Parts: sequence; structure tokens; C-alpha cells
Amino acid sequence: MAGVSTKEIKSRIRSMESTKQITKAMEMVAASKLRHAQAQILNSRPYFETLYNTINDILESNRDFSSPYLVPRQTGKVLCIVIAGDRGLAGGYNSNVLKMVDAELSGKDAVILPIGKKSLDFFKSHGYSILTEAYDVAADLSIGDCFSISKQLSKKFLSGEFSEIRVAYTDFVSVLDQKADSLQLLPLIRREQQEPAKASHAIIYEPDSDEVFAAIVPEYLGGILYGAVCESRASEQAARRTAMDSATSNAEDMIADLSLKFNRARQSAITQEITEIVAGS
Amino acid sequence: MTTFLLKIVTPDGLQFEGQAEKLIVRTTTGDVAILARHINFVAPLGMGQAVVVADGQRRTAACIGGMLSVVDGVVTLVPTTFEWADEIDLQRAEKAYQRADQIIQDKQSSDTDIKMAEARLRRALVRKSVASTK
Repeated sequence: MAGVSTKEIKSRIRSMESTKQITKAMEMVAASKLRHAQAQILNSRPYFETLYNTINDILESNRDFSSPYLVPRQTGKVLCIVIAGDRGLAGGYNSNVLKMVDAELSGKDAVILPIGKKSLDFFKSHGYSILTEAYDVAADLSIGDCFSISKQLSKKFLSGEFSEIRVAYTDFVSVLDQKADSLQLLPLIRREQQEPAKASHAIIYEPDSDEVFAAIVPEYLGGILYGAVCESRASEQAARRTAMDSATSNAEDMIADLSLKFNRARQSAITQEITEIVAGS
Repeated sequence: MTTFLLKIVTPDGLQFEGQAEKLIVRTTTGDVAILARHINFVAPLGMGQAVVVADGQRRTAACIGGMLSVVDGVVTLVPTTFEWADEIDLQRAEKAYQRADQIIQDKQSSDTDIKMAEARLRRALVRKSVASTK
């Protein structure tokens, strides 16, 4: 026991204390950001539901409806939008989604549109071709950005540059559970009809259903993208909160352990001194 | 006057929900006015002024993108941007206007830059004109 000096242990305890304060503060910041992100998800949900229902209504009410957005293509590249965080220290949040995409795209002719700094860094260093580096800050991505991305991508999809557009994000299942997931955006997947179309409440589309469809699809995609960004952001904060929570409790454990060692060392030093005084002189 | 249920939903949340007497919006093919008992109707929105008349009060707003749907008497407006006239940040619109104008005038701007600036210019113009007519 006497091997470790009390001074050394004391300085370790002190540095551990300050690290604990940092992780504690980060946990609290993440918790408040998480609340904000959850509110954002709830706010935006009705908007996307309305767009989604309209698209499905159009698809269901006329079976022979066709649009270039629906046709599967054989040739062309796969574009994958990958949403990750800007910073680390969030448990497995970044690595889960990045590894999933890496595994999914292996052997495919793929182009990446990274959102978030970690995503950009990862795919750059792994030699993927990158569409644009303009969106390297996930926290600043606004709904307007999502719409401009989706408009550009829709145009590129229609011109045949890409055969498939996917988005990889982290699904916010609950505060304690987040799952990396990927979705196919284009071509649109036609929902299988379960029941015969409900007594079609004849809807007038102006100017016509094709035009309405063509105008709504990019909006809808922008909407999904924004939804995915919101989910990812909430997941990031939740993952960070959990990671920092366990870091804080680890620090507490270690401090308790070290204090015990410190007290023992101090005690043995005192005992030694007493023994020396009693025996010596 | 007969009223109908109007919901205005944007990605930032619910802007309006309640009984309205009249709604005027600009679709891609021109202005339409919706009154109670309108037939089922769906149209994509353009950029322009929206007018909501509810409780005898007339409110205007800048309404950009998205779509309008009337299904079984319920009118749902899902614009990308919807700002009531009294909430528009006129200074910001003015600045956006000038910045976009600069990019368009600049001979070295690329085509995509100019296109995006034009869109921004148009949005700023809508905001400015709506804010000035409140």
C-alpha cells in the first residue's frame, strides 16, 4: 500500500472530479437538447402525414397511374444520404449508422451525400465518391436545406443520373433505444392495396393528378428527409445523454475506489510513522 | 356566414386550426378562394399571399410551396413556409432580397447559384409585399 503516494492519488482524484463535472454538464446539455429535438419531431409530424396520405390517395384512386418517380431502374448509381452527428462522445450513435451503410453499399456503385461532420469524414477516408460537402453541419440543417436537397435529387433522379436514392438515419425508438436504419426514397414504393379503394371520394386535382403528383413528390421527399434529420438529432442527443450518464457513474465509482485507496495509504503512512517513533528514538 | 374547418400545418407546427369563413391562396395555376361546402379538391401551391377570413377578421400571410387539400369539408393547407403578415421579419427579407440581387447581377455566378438566388429573390419579394399590405 505504501507504494502509491498519497499525493499522486489525490491529484488523480482531483482530475477525475473535474472530468466528472464535464460529463455531468454534457449529459445535462444533451437532455435539454433532446427535449427540444423531440418537440421538433412532434411539430413536424402532421405535415408529413398529410403529404403522405395525399400521395397514397392519388396512387390508390387510379391504378393505371404512372410516373417516372415510380419506375424501378436497372442502370445508374445508388445515392445514399447518410445522416450522422457532428461530434463524437455519443456512444455508438455515429459508428452504428456509418458501419451499416458501409456494409450495405459494399460492392455497389454508390455516391454518398453526407450530412454531419462525422459522416463526411468517414466516407471521405473510406474512399467513397461524395456528391457535395455542403452539408457538413447536421445541427444547422434547416427545413429549407432539406427541400433544396430533395429538389436537386429529384431532378437528378429524373434525368437518370441515379437509379435509386436512399437515406440512412438513426430511428429514435425511445430515449433508451435508437436504431440505425435506411429507407428507400426513390423510386417510390407503391403500397400494396389491402382493401378495395374506399368509395372513392372523387377529388378534383388541379391542374391534373400527374402535375399534382410531380409537384408534391419533391416536397414529400424533403419532408421525409427533414423527418429523418429530426429523428437522428433526437437519437444523437439521447445516445449522448446515455453515454455521459454512464461516464458520470463510472467516474463516481472510480472516485470512490480511489478515495478508499487514498485513505488506506494515508492510514498506513500514519501507522508507519507511529511505529517508527515508538521503536526508534 | 357558413364556416368550415381549416387547418394550416407547416413543418414547424400548427399555424392555425379552427373555423374559417374564407381562404384565398395562390396555387400553381392561380389564386383560388375556398368557401364552405367546397368540392373535394387538391392543388399544389405556388408563392404568394394567403388570406384567411375567420370570425369576421381578415388576416394575410406569405404562403410558399406545399399544397392545399379539401377532403369531405375539411380544408388542410400544408405550405412549406407560412408566415402571418405581422410576423414577417421585414429586415431579413430586405437583406435576403439584396443578397440575392447581388448574386444575380454578378457575372461570375454559376447557373445553379443564379437559379437559387432567383428563388430566394422571389420568396423575399413575396414576404415584402405581404408585409407591406397588412
